[in-house]
Amino acid sequence: MQQLFIDANRCIGCRACVEACSECPGHGGFSMIHLDEIARATTVQTAPTVCMHCDDPACASVCPADAIKLDPDGVVLSAAAERCIGCGNCALACPFGVPKIDVQRELMMKCDLCYDRTSVGKAPMCATVCPSGALFYGTQEEVEDRRRARPLDRFAFGEHVITTRNAVMVPAPTARFEVDVPHGATRSRAELMLEEALCD
Amino acid sequence: MAKPTASLDVLEDRHGPHLSYEPPGGFAARGEPDRKVKTHCCFCGQQCGVQLLVQNERVVGVEPWEDFPFNGGKLCPKGVKRYLQNNHQDRLLHPLVRSGDGFGRIPWDEALDQVAERIRRLQANHGVDSVAVLSGASLTNEKAYLMGKFARLAVGSRHIDYNGRLCMVAAGAANLKAFGIDRAANPWADIPSSDLVMVLGSNVSECSPITTDYIWRARDRGAKLIVVDPRLTPIARTADLFLPVRPGRDSALLNAILNVVIRLGGVDQEFVAAHTNGFDEVLRTVERYTPDAVAQEVGIPATRIIEAAEMWVQAPRTMLLHARGIEHHTKGVENVLACINLVLATGKIGKPGCGYATITGQGNGQGGREHGQRCNQLPGARDIENPAHRAHVAGMWGVEPDVLPGKGYTAPQIMEAIHRGEIRGLISLCFNPLVSLPDATFTREALERLDFYVAIDFFLSETARHADIVLPGSLQEEDEGTVTSAEGRVIRIRKAVEPPGEARADWRIVCDLAARLGQGERFAFSKPEEIFTELSRLSAGGVADYGGITWEKIERQMGVFWPCPTPEHPGTPRLFEGGRFAHPDGRARFHAVEYRPPAEVTDDDYPVVLTTGRVVSQFLSGTQTRRIGPLVEQYPEPRVEIHPKLAAKLGVADGERVRVTSRRGALELRALVVATIRPDTVFIPYHWPGALSANLLTNRAYDPIAGIPEFKVAAVRIEKLVADDRAAQTADERAVETEVPRAAAVH
Repeated sequence: MQQLFIDANRCIGCRACVEACSECPGHGGFSMIHLDEIARATTVQTAPTVCMHCDDPACASVCPADAIKLDPDGVVLSAAAERCIGCGNCALACPFGVPKIDVQRELMMKCDLCYDRTSVGKAPMCATVCPSGALFYGTQEEVEDRRRARPLDRFAFGEHVITTRNAVMVPAPTARFEVDVPHGATRSRAELMLEEALCD
Repeated sequence: MAKPTASLDVLEDRHGPHLSYEPPGGFAARGEPDRKVKTHCCFCGQQCGVQLLVQNERVVGVEPWEDFPFNGGKLCPKGVKRYLQNNHQDRLLHPLVRSGDGFGRIPWDEALDQVAERIRRLQANHGVDSVAVLSGASLTNEKAYLMGKFARLAVGSRHIDYNGRLCMVAAGAANLKAFGIDRAANPWADIPSSDLVMVLGSNVSECSPITTDYIWRARDRGAKLIVVDPRLTPIARTADLFLPVRPGRDSALLNAILNVVIRLGGVDQEFVAAHTNGFDEVLRTVERYTPDAVAQEVGIPATRIIEAAEMWVQAPRTMLLHARGIEHHTKGVENVLACINLVLATGKIGKPGCGYATITGQGNGQGGREHGQRCNQLPGARDIENPAHRAHVAGMWGVEPDVLPGKGYTAPQIMEAIHRGEIRGLISLCFNPLVSLPDATFTREALERLDFYVAIDFFLSETARHADIVLPGSLQEEDEGTVTSAEGRVIRIRKAVEPPGEARADWRIVCDLAARLGQGERFAFSKPEEIFTELSRLSAGGVADYGGITWEKIERQMGVFWPCPTPEHPGTPRLFEGGRFAHPDGRARFHAVEYRPPAEVTDDDYPVVLTTGRVVSQFLSGTQTRRIGPLVEQYPEPRVEIHPKLAAKLGVADGERVRVTSRRGALELRALVVATIRPDTVFIPYHWPGALSANLLTNRAYDPIAGIPEFKVAAVRIEKLVADDRAAQTADERAVETEVPRAAAVH
């Protein structure tokens, strides 16, 4: 199965994915990707948030209008325009913060894994253009063969475990993904990296 | 007097920059394209393959070109949104002539006649060299070649230079000295099989984003990464070793690394003996550059310098990549030579996965520096002062060698000569010096003193606002041609659409002008391919030998790496295999480099180092990218990056406005307080004009060999703006906007 692999460690924050997503036919200039600066004060770390396409998607479960459907390939689709009531429940429920409400259209729009492209065997637009390989589209064998980082598609939120179609790349052999989020008074990896490399 | 006759408000209202967000008719109107045109991005030297989508003879979008080998569909945000420069409301559609209130329309014939007449009149009164030509490294090879020929034969002036003077000349001069040829030694395809990638002065992730994936592919195999940069850039964040060098101290650092390499026994004695000259002097020179001796000056602990040397020695295959960060210096050539010394001493060049490259910055930064638009150069990367080279080119052009002018001024020297009244007329194409040259106040003064200025441009750039006549030229996607990418790969630029309105292909305009200047028969080209044929024939036998390259071959092979001397020759992706260098004796040259400080060092009045550079969403002087809405939104205005320690001393919080002042001028902008820059250094990106121009601060100090400006080091002071102060400065800003710049710039 072709999957999207997301490796925030490689992300350079260029927003090519965001811009490319808005160019996809059918998106009407609207991008379904969030590109987050994690904590610019202390690090240049950025991370793309793309739909993980959960096997049992919370966004669909909480939708009161039953507007969010899965296709047979396990792709969680944007809300059906004729059903969506723009309530935003999906945006609140998603553990990854993916769905966006297009206020003007009162419609939830989210990544549909570039149906136009993936249905004909091409990579989604974001993964096609990503200049760092932070977004990679291929099979698990391909990504494991090419890279040192390992894919992770199980996420535990307390007792609740979510499995996803797409995967996040984590440094092997760690099973936990870390970005440079500073906790409390501690310093970011980037901050320490610079300070330790400076003469007094 | 070439002073704009309309206020900035009026000029901006008529000519922009306005922001374009959508294809013509909006996204909803975009259907299946009528055709997809395989071409390349118009911006940086990576020259990513893209497909432009054309509908109803208009460019309406972009699609990745996944078959092009260099980028395989990968693009940065500029490449994705570059199509929005077409169909742009700011596009120049008619020839313009200066009027009492900005510009008025003028018919083509009248405009061209006036240009020729004014040029000839100036030359009759003040000599042939009183008119200069400025051109650019975003031009195709065909146009770059044409501009050199035009300046020397049609204008007859020795003063032609290009904006690559601000980009590639330090690396170029050093490569020529060391290797006898000026081109990336390895194709990018060698990067992934390297064991150690060392990146110096190159914010790869923002300035050449596609290179990021090449580096990561090496790291996926276990390669190490060393990054040398005063800022913790995105690629530096995950590096195995990060060396946050003080701006302007690179040659000392590199000498120290080589010092340790020698001590560790890392010298490839066999290679040095068989393939190089001059190592003994380098040996003697770097002896004094111990890590302890340089640590304070370069601002990096000795242990880190030793670690870098150890990693270099231990890696069987290394790739050393550098860019403007070590080249924009008064010792840019020396910094590059110090890199090359390290590569040569360890014999780490000319092999698969093992070599060296400067990361060329401009779209045709490589080809643009080979075909004769430089002040000291003739086509084929020939030397304008070499009698044999002159005779060859003169013969091909059908003139006596004496007819060819000699070496002219560099672009900054041209601006200085304009300022002092020696040069009175200017012809420009693809160059926006008011934004891109150091000391923008000086540049503005110079432009205002011109007797006559004709600009060929597609948008009215900040510089072109000073023109007497503006001729509407072509965007990259409106003409055929070739460029040579950072790898040395000659590739095809294809026309997607015709120039709009009365705009014309640049080469037609130049040929028409040449005809009016009495040289019509030497510029009787009917299509760009004919220019390429002449260029390739003329380059044959030169260093940059395109003799065996045709457009057909480029298309068939997805690009041809020069040198390619014969039709049967496949091209040369990797240089220096078997230790064969391009000097006549086949040997590379070491050059001992003594460290010397930057032209301007910090003191009590100006205690902070300013360094300048780029952001990923903008390109160079922003003539195109400041008109593309989604790119502008990514990074709307320049901010000054300040480390929290320095910010605390200044009492400045993130987002607050500060005034940054150098000996040349001052600008006000918001602070970006970040722990990702050296505490003794601040950074401002340079893509903006007027009161937001980083080049109000930079120093008119140049490398003595290459003439590249020291954009990367200036001394500044920073003050937090208080309310009263802000009001006063706003008045100054207004002064700048109404074209009275000195009041704002001198403090």
